Amino acid sequence: MNGSWGKASVVEDFGREAMAISESVGRFTFLVRSTAAWMLRAPIEWRQVLNQMLRIGVESLPVTTMTTFFTGMVLALQTGASSKHFFNEPLFVGTVVSFAMVMELAPVMTALVVSGRAGAAIAAELGTMKVTEQIDALYTLGTDPVRYLVIPRVLAFLMVLPILTVVADFSGVFGGWVVAYVKLGIPTSVYISDIFDNMEIRHFMHGFLKTFVFASIISFISCFKGITTTGGAEGVGKSTTAAVVLSMASVLIIDYFVTAILSAVGIT
Amino acid sequence: MIEATGVKKAYPGRPVLRGVDLMAQDGETLAIIGGSGCGKSTFLKCVIGLVRPDEGCIKVDGTDITQLTREADIAKYRRRFGYLFQEAALFDSLSVWENVTFGLRYLTNIPASRYRAIAKDKLALVGLKDVEDMRPSELSGGMKKRVALARAIAAEPTYILYDEPTTGLDPIMSDVINDLILDLQKVLKTTAIVVTHDMKSAYKVASRIAMIHEGRVLASASPETIKTTNDPYVRQFVDGLSHGPIKMKLKDFEPETVAAGVGKAGAR
Repeated sequence: MNGSWGKASVVEDFGREAMAISESVGRFTFLVRSTAAWMLRAPIEWRQVLNQMLRIGVESLPVTTMTTFFTGMVLALQTGASSKHFFNEPLFVGTVVSFAMVMELAPVMTALVVSGRAGAAIAAELGTMKVTEQIDALYTLGTDPVRYLVIPRVLAFLMVLPILTVVADFSGVFGGWVVAYVKLGIPTSVYISDIFDNMEIRHFMHGFLKTFVFASIISFISCFKGITTTGGAEGVGKSTTAAVVLSMASVLIIDYFVTAILSAVGIT
Repeated sequence: MIEATGVKKAYPGRPVLRGVDLMAQDGETLAIIGGSGCGKSTFLKCVIGLVRPDEGCIKVDGTDITQLTREADIAKYRRRFGYLFQEAALFDSLSVWENVTFGLRYLTNIPASRYRAIAKDKLALVGLKDVEDMRPSELSGGMKKRVALARAIAAEPTYILYDEPTTGLDPIMSDVINDLILDLQKVLKTTAIVVTHDMKSAYKVASRIAMIHEGRVLASASPETIKTTNDPYVRQFVDGLSHGPIKMKLKDFEPETVAAGVGKAGAR
């Protein structure tokens, strides 16, 4: 008897969870659709976009630059050590560092850092606005949270993340050069020729195009988690954590598929 | 005129409104009283279209909000309302004058160059001076309510909806807010619905009082009639008595041993 009750309860829980997930997916899709519709229908709040660009960009720049600088250093160190082990001298350090940074590490690491930094801030801010009825106030004052809050943040992300990533590309390659020159004794001219002899514009574009996908993922997830917050201060905390975890996981998962698509169309 | 007929609303597992019939005539101030969680704030949000009723209709000057589906139609419908939120719901990131004039951009064609002067006028109407450049975080609870009131009346609405206007304020400030509501009524000649559980406030500002209990309208009469009514439910509420036909649990949970002990004592 107890067993059948237990099974029913598990099925019920599973069903409830499946319903909640599908409802969330539906509401997320509606948010994306609504954002596209508002962009076409109403003038964009450029002052808000600029504010968000400053907040997301300027505040994230030091931490993304530092992160990729050290990643470049580690890459050079590892490549130099491996190369020495196999060939008795550090070969193609500039090539490995630049390809790894530009095509993969700079876009992904910048996206991860920005989702932890700016994505969390967005979810917390919008979540607080939701639980203090500021979102409802927007409706009563003739506007819509999608127009006033979501669109500026999505656009700011789309404009700022590519710039942060390009800075991260240079910072990572520079970090690699510091180790290559100081620790491995590779002349600057060799390091630079290792990069430019092999790298083409399509390699740069491979990483650069990814940033637009990552910017969309992080901004929409953070805004969605923020404006669907319920349950006071505890709810804001939960939304913020969920926004960061979901953004980071989505960036890493979708990165694979974007890489596969870009490779299939020859941008690699 | 606001006319609600058979309004029903339920949240998952919890019916809130079970068929509310209410009418607010032009120029009158209708106070809706009732215990916490009885559905009065939900009703107010149904009137302005922030919450969609499951059943029933709410007609404002002949337009039924429950039948509107296009966002543009709902926004047009909301234009005739000013809404004072329970916790003021001021935008933290904007200054006081930007808060007051926020809705003008979306609700009117007034040029932006006049916003600051309008903010000053509206703030003067609610008894505030030289606070235009302050941030909401620098204001006291009473000042926040006044700024929110100035924001609600900035676009000169036909109807003003007050959600618990005196909650969280000291008795003197509560009376000041009541006086402001009366003054605005005289100056602006608006129709108002005031949701409150503060009987002093209801008696002072209302031309008619309606009591909601368990999602239905229990009584609707002039303040004088309500003061002298013999209806045991209304009597218990307006006199603020814990004993009577309205059952309030002292605790949601009582340990079984305590309950058993009480039972034994009763049997003896």
